Amino acid sequence: MEKPMSYESEDHLNLKATELRLGLPGRDESDKQSSPSARNNKRASPEMEGVLYAENEEQDCTPPPKAQVVGWPPVRSYRKNCFQPKKIEADASGVYVKVSMDGAPYLRKIDLNVYKSYPELLKALENMFKCTIGVYSERDGYDGSDYAPIYEDKDGDWMLVGDVPWDMFSTSCKRMRIMKGSEAKGLGCL
Amino acid sequence: MREDRPPPPPSRGGAYSPPPPDQVLENVLEHVLQFLTFRRDRNAAALVCRSWHRAEALTRSELFIGNCYAVAPRRAMERFRRATAVTIKGKPRFADFNLMPPDWGANFTPWVTSMAQCYRALEKLCLKRMFVTDEDLELLASFPSFRELVLICCDGFGTSGLAVVASKCRKLRVLDLIEDEVTDDEIDWISCFPEGETCLESLIFDCVECPIYFEALERLVARSPSLKKLKLNRYVSIVQLYRLMIRAPQLTHLGTGSFSPSEIVAQGDQEPDYSSAFDACRSLVCLSGFREIVPDYLPAIYPVCANLTSLNFYGEACFLCLQVLDTVRDAGLQAVGATCKDLRELRVFPIDAREDSEAPVSDVGLLAISEGCRKLQSILYFCQRMTNAAVIAMSENCPELVVFRLCIMGRHLPDHVTREPMDEGFGAIVKNCKKLTRLATSGLLTDRAFSYIGQYGKLVRTLSVAFAGDSDTGLKYVLEGCPRLQKLEIRDSPFGDSALRSGLYRYYNMRFLWMSSCRLTRRGCKEIAQQMPHLVVEMINGEEEEVKEDYVDTLYMYRSLDGPRADAPSFVTIL
Repeated sequence: MEKPMSYESEDHLNLKATELRLGLPGRDESDKQSSPSARNNKRASPEMEGVLYAENEEQDCTPPPKAQVVGWPPVRSYRKNCFQPKKIEADASGVYVKVSMDGAPYLRKIDLNVYKSYPELLKALENMFKCTIGVYSERDGYDGSDYAPIYEDKDGDWMLVGDVPWDMFSTSCKRMRIMKGSEAKGLGCL
Repeated sequence: MREDRPPPPPSRGGAYSPPPPDQVLENVLEHVLQFLTFRRDRNAAALVCRSWHRAEALTRSELFIGNCYAVAPRRAMERFRRATAVTIKGKPRFADFNLMPPDWGANFTPWVTSMAQCYRALEKLCLKRMFVTDEDLELLASFPSFRELVLICCDGFGTSGLAVVASKCRKLRVLDLIEDEVTDDEIDWISCFPEGETCLESLIFDCVECPIYFEALERLVARSPSLKKLKLNRYVSIVQLYRLMIRAPQLTHLGTGSFSPSEIVAQGDQEPDYSSAFDACRSLVCLSGFREIVPDYLPAIYPVCANLTSLNFYGEACFLCLQVLDTVRDAGLQAVGATCKDLRELRVFPIDAREDSEAPVSDVGLLAISEGCRKLQSILYFCQRMTNAAVIAMSENCPELVVFRLCIMGRHLPDHVTREPMDEGFGAIVKNCKKLTRLATSGLLTDRAFSYIGQYGKLVRTLSVAFAGDSDTGLKYVLEGCPRLQKLEIRDSPFGDSALRSGLYRYYNMRFLWMSSCRLTRRGCKEIAQQMPHLVVEMINGEEEEVKEDYVDTLYMYRSLDGPRADAPSFVTIL
């Protein structure tokens, strides 16, 4: 929803009419409508200032709702989350799967919904476990890589990550394992 | 071990031979220097001469590393061989607000690896904004005298690391986890504390977002007679809190967990007598928590309120140290101003931390606080509307202010009554609050505000600037005017290379400079790097591939004795 910018304020002088300043229009008291449903939560570029405008331009165009800027206001996300704990749980329709890695003593858990594609997932796994998984190929799987990711699907079968389309994978994956490349060769024939 | 000393002369026969005079002097010096506790004093003593330098190094028991990359672990530990307490700070503060990609660094591993060799007798460790792995914690747990672990805003570990610490650190007295990100490894770490009496004095885990096995916690509290500080996470319900409180009436600091009933409590069960539980805790001086507050239960804490001197509480109360949500509204702050005459520290957080949210606190609340709480030393205040008049009033009413952090959440917002920039308000703060060392600005600010800061902010050590200023001149005022400046963090302000250059002679005296989304070019940063060989100049690329001419996304630079770090990730370029 776009807020109409009204610069005629009943309460005080129309100083805004003569104002020339750098940056996005600040929130005016006269337009106090809140439109929570239409908030644009996309991360905007932090460099949103630098737009020099004059008053006559403002009255012509309707500026978009203020996009949320990264890291502003400066409240730690821990603190933001702690006042809406129930809400987080309601939104947690994430698909959490455990990931183990050969040789590592601790399991990790990841939310598959966070990723949109295999490359994203593999990169995240590489970062998480500090290993190199390499590139998937239909013919050779992860041949030549130090590690290969496999997953257990709904049927209880262990499959090579990457074989099926992403959407099918993210809905059927129950858990994952990052196995040593040398052992993974045996899966090439699956 | 005194390897760097000349060996004592051989004794003659069986007669006592007094040590040579300079060795006597060193012995005396060491005995005397042990009484020096303030870091600044110790640093000064170390500069007197070589002998003092050596003696000071051998007697320093607390090692403080303000920037983990300012010195290599080995070097620090070889100079201060006998330190038993170490504090290390890692990432810059703006990393807390997602202004830096994760995996930037601040890894604890190289430190703990060196400690395993040089500091086997380590007793206390405090880490802030460091990346700590479970393996690091496991290594730490193997130090035989280790007894205090405080982790603030750290990440990289999980409950499995906590489990190892709990089970292996037999002398553990303090385990404080403050605003960390802790992975849930599905391990019941509370159960890992050994059976039998523990020496636990402080157990803080309100940030651990993992369910715990309550019975294990209850048993742990019951067998920890020295426990004074206990801060629970939100998985502890009010009923469970009650059970813990009656087991530990000696508590002085309590974090109450969710303070709401869990779903497990059946209907019709007789509700415990919460008031008497709080009443029984006669020594409580600090109360915090109430994560899922159910207002009906609040009256239970009233008996204890009279004794409290410190409260971190999302609600109303009267204390020395108060932390509230802005849901208390201006009216609530007026009540605070009217009753908390001894208030020293106030923090008002927004329940809805978005730029264009409706914030129920404003200049009215700030004014009320300033009129009532004349002894105020530290304030952090989030709001949407502010006036210069209120800020000026605070500067005049609260001369004891040391920390003034005002966050007007809408960017570039002027005084909402006069529509003028907030220059005069902040100017008054630096001018009238003569003890001010930490300042955070917000709202619409011109270069004039910075001229005030440069002119009057002679004791300012930490300055935080966002979406402010008109030109390079603003930053120049600060760099040229504030001799004590240590930590400067700036975002989204129109300061460029010329301003950066003007501070050249200052940077070796500062801990760090952070500038993100400003007008710095790569060339400008490189110039600095070339002229200042002991500065590590990092260019950090944000996640977005926006190339605005050749402006640098983020500049983070700091002095270092050991040159650029070897663990910089790919998105960091060290010039």
